[in-house]
Amino acid sequence: MSLLSVENLDVRHGLLKAVRDVSFEVGEGEILALVGANGAGKTTLMRAIAGAHRPASGRVVFEGADVTAMPAHRRVRAGLALVPEGRRLFPDMTVEENLIVAGANGRRGGAWKVDTVLEAFPILKPLRFKRAATLSGGEQQACAIGRALMTNPRLLLLDEVSLGLSPIAVEGVYRSLHTLIDGGATIVLVEQDLARARKVAQRIICMLEGRMVLEGPADRLTSREITEAYFGLGRVQPKGAPA
Amino acid sequence: MTYVNAVFQGIILGGFYALLACGLSLIFGVMRIINLAHGSLAVLGAFITWWIVDKTSLSPFLVLIPSLIVMFGVGWALQRGLLERSLRAGILIPLLTTFGLAIVIDNVLLGVFSPDVRSLGGQAGAVTTTSWKVSQQFSISALGILILAVAVAVLGGLSLFLRRTTLGRAMRATAQDSDTAELVGIDSRGVYARAAGIAVATAALAGVFLAIRAVVEPSAGPTQLIFAFEAVVIGGFGSLWGTLVGGLILGVAQTLGAQINPQYANLAGHLVFLAVIAVRSGGILAAREGTA
Repeated sequence: MSLLSVENLDVRHGLLKAVRDVSFEVGEGEILALVGANGAGKTTLMRAIAGAHRPASGRVVFEGADVTAMPAHRRVRAGLALVPEGRRLFPDMTVEENLIVAGANGRRGGAWKVDTVLEAFPILKPLRFKRAATLSGGEQQACAIGRALMTNPRLLLLDEVSLGLSPIAVEGVYRSLHTLIDGGATIVLVEQDLARARKVAQRIICMLEGRMVLEGPADRLTSREITEAYFGLGRVQPKGAPA
Repeated sequence: MTYVNAVFQGIILGGFYALLACGLSLIFGVMRIINLAHGSLAVLGAFITWWIVDKTSLSPFLVLIPSLIVMFGVGWALQRGLLERSLRAGILIPLLTTFGLAIVIDNVLLGVFSPDVRSLGGQAGAVTTTSWKVSQQFSISALGILILAVAVAVLGGLSLFLRRTTLGRAMRATAQDSDTAELVGIDSRGVYARAAGIAVATAALAGVFLAIRAVVEPSAGPTQLIFAFEAVVIGGFGSLWGTLVGGLILGVAQTLGAQINPQYANLAGHLVFLAVIAVRSGGILAAREGTA
């Protein structure tokens, strides 16, 4: 049985259909990458899976249970954690408090504690008692991932973890992610860097204008196929159809 | 010595204002609502306590326990039933909602209890009459010390609660970013409701102390709201320790004004309030949440 299944999901921002009829499944231990241009609906899809945005129609099924109507905080307790775009730490709380507040409210009975998170993200160790707002982008990203881990997720959703980071910081974040991946974590990640997405993920889904236009194993898709799907180059407009 | 006495009495009065204002500060800090019904809720708490004391002849300090629990429930229900809905409509609607609520509370109290003034001073026991005379012009009342101690304990307790407990940390996280708080497993609606409950309970506590040290009438709410509001603004919106400082400054300003002429008490308080706004619009201890 798959851990997460998204069925015919439609998500709107007012009149705008940001996600249209998206369906896919994620199995236990799988790493899935969502790629696509800005505005393709990746972030909206991630937020709908996490419960931060109510879909217009379709279902989100997690561990066999329909969670479509479940508020975000209860999905977290069920084991679904999102690292939001832009990191979104609690700025006036210390690194340690950011971790503790997530640990106290997340899923019970996992291996992640403050000490194990600091072990996995050694750059956070000297910053433990500093206010989150004073951290650099890479440090904040490490803290945001650590905070999500504190909820002991069964499925981790990572939205653009490399956004706005220096190449060195991105390297550091992905090094830590590989530790998680080697430990058997299940991850859905949004990544703008196609080469990195192909390297990290086992499967890739490419989105365009809210729809899934390409799906396949990372090692079988060519970069040409992904690029064409990414920019919508391969699409043939049916004759007589409205543009 | 008369001025030393005035400053001292001002500090004690300021403790009362801080107690009155901390709930206003908490609701603003967590939910970004300026609760214009805060003064009326304080008076409602005083009347509920007075009513129970009148029926049972128990000490007001004992009756505080059930009435604070009731007022916690009132705050909780207020958030769930009224403020939560109005918050969805933007920042102006909660202001109008609480303004309307203040009018409703005042008029219900007027209808039920008549416009008479009431006091709990007579039933509060020896604490209201005990005082220590330091000199001819300088005396310390036991009730004043008690109110100041309760104010410091409540503000300090709230501050510790926000820093050290699971619910307190969840409250701060929700105050800083309620959307993200949900994403780490915090039930933000539940947190808001409990914050409103705590805030209304502290308002009621202040209302009961008002009725013990002086009198309350159904129309007293708006005046108390203005004092609480001034204390919060002087200290800096959203900062609990700032609220204590703001309350003390307001209290001392009022007693010093009264020293010059008894009619200048409120005027002096208002002038200090305006001066602080003119010089530092963020208040003496501007809240970090506001600037981050």
